[in-house]
Amino acid sequence: MRSLIDITDLSKEEIAELVDTAQDMIAHPEKYAHACDGKILAALFFEPSTRTRLSFESAMQSLGGSVISVSSAASSSAAKGESVADTAKTVSCYSDIMAIRHPKEGAALVLAKNALVPVINAGDGGHCHPTQTLTDLLTIYREKGRFDDLTVGLCGDLKFGRTVHSLINALSRYSGIRFVLISPEELKLPSYVKKDAIKDRGIPYEQTEDLMEVLPKLDILYMTRVQRERFFNEEDYLRLKDSYVLTPEKLRVAKEDLCIMHPLPRVNEISVAVDDDPRACYFKQVRNGRYIRMALILKLLKEA
Amino acid sequence: MNVDSIQNGVVIDHITAGRAMRLYELLQLDKLDASVALIKNVSSKRMGKKDIIKVDAAIDIDLDLIGYVDPGATVNVIRSGEIVSKESIPMPETLTNVLVCKNPRCISSTEQELPQIFKLTDRENKIYRCLYCETKAEPER
Repeated sequence: MRSLIDITDLSKEEIAELVDTAQDMIAHPEKYAHACDGKILAALFFEPSTRTRLSFESAMQSLGGSVISVSSAASSSAAKGESVADTAKTVSCYSDIMAIRHPKEGAALVLAKNALVPVINAGDGGHCHPTQTLTDLLTIYREKGRFDDLTVGLCGDLKFGRTVHSLINALSRYSGIRFVLISPEELKLPSYVKKDAIKDRGIPYEQTEDLMEVLPKLDILYMTRVQRERFFNEEDYLRLKDSYVLTPEKLRVAKEDLCIMHPLPRVNEISVAVDDDPRACYFKQVRNGRYIRMALILKLLKEA
Repeated sequence: MNVDSIQNGVVIDHITAGRAMRLYELLQLDKLDASVALIKNVSSKRMGKKDIIKVDAAIDIDLDLIGYVDPGATVNVIRSGEIVSKESIPMPETLTNVLVCKNPRCISSTEQELPQIFKLTDRENKIYRCLYCETKAEPER
């Protein structure tokens, strides 16, 4: 049974295929309106989520399928102490495909190992969030027309930001990629991610705390939120949360075709005034997320 | 130094000098109701010095654990006084229920009866990571 737990479960060719399908879905949504008629997606959200849950539900309904869902751990049998493995076996009886978000790292893998239907990891704690990465890749492709030869700046929380780790892992497979890692000292990219995905692959990179110094050279600026829920200590969160705030004034030095991305939700790291800048792509990202999830659901159901 | 030869049992040979006691602990040989000899700093042509553990009982030895603690150690199985198999133990690709993930956010900290599985991700530096959350295992002391 094919599932998607980590972005590296997909080859470059499969990512290209998903991007192509998603682009066709954007251009011709009517072609796919009944592609999943009669199929049921179980959306198991044991951790709060607005965007990802609605995106999955919208994607399945756009394919003609239907959705059953758990929208919080408190309202599910998990609150009674049911294991993820038992949840997998039970929900397999009700659905054709599952998407899971869970606060525990590795929960999606445990679900997939016990499920009888394909499983999509919709975020397992601070570990992986592959459909966000697919969303990011579709956005990069639609904005830049390529995955090669890009200078990609990643800014903010590079330590706990799972979307950053997954995106680095995904992009490091393409040629001509250069990474610029912009973060305060305490939120630097973990050394193992840097070693495995950047250094060992011979990819050029630089690390800095100064966004303004590197902004003019970037093709893509991926902003992230400092996530309160990843901190054990509230004091550390409060000290670091305002490290970087992107404003129209700062963007004056950036390239005219810069692509500004953010996995959302934002708190204050991108000023609302930036939203009207044509370089702001983060709401396009949200739209792309729906279509790439449609492409993924369709692929996994076809392969099931 | 003489230690009686074994009729039915296991000899763990070519242990890096000084590591036998750690293996003895991890293999829980102290709980075994059988003769066990732990011999330290034996002269070895290949290794200079080595340790040896002899167990006078036909027990199942956790080869993955030996490969993790001291890759290159050899395990000889003895039956009726004869060596019936001799195997050099490599570093295992996966470890099941040998290490415990220390990440409190890992699903293995809460999921009922979930085996603790670690994967070898860097053979050169002997780095194992949790299968579920990819947290690095504490290095073996």
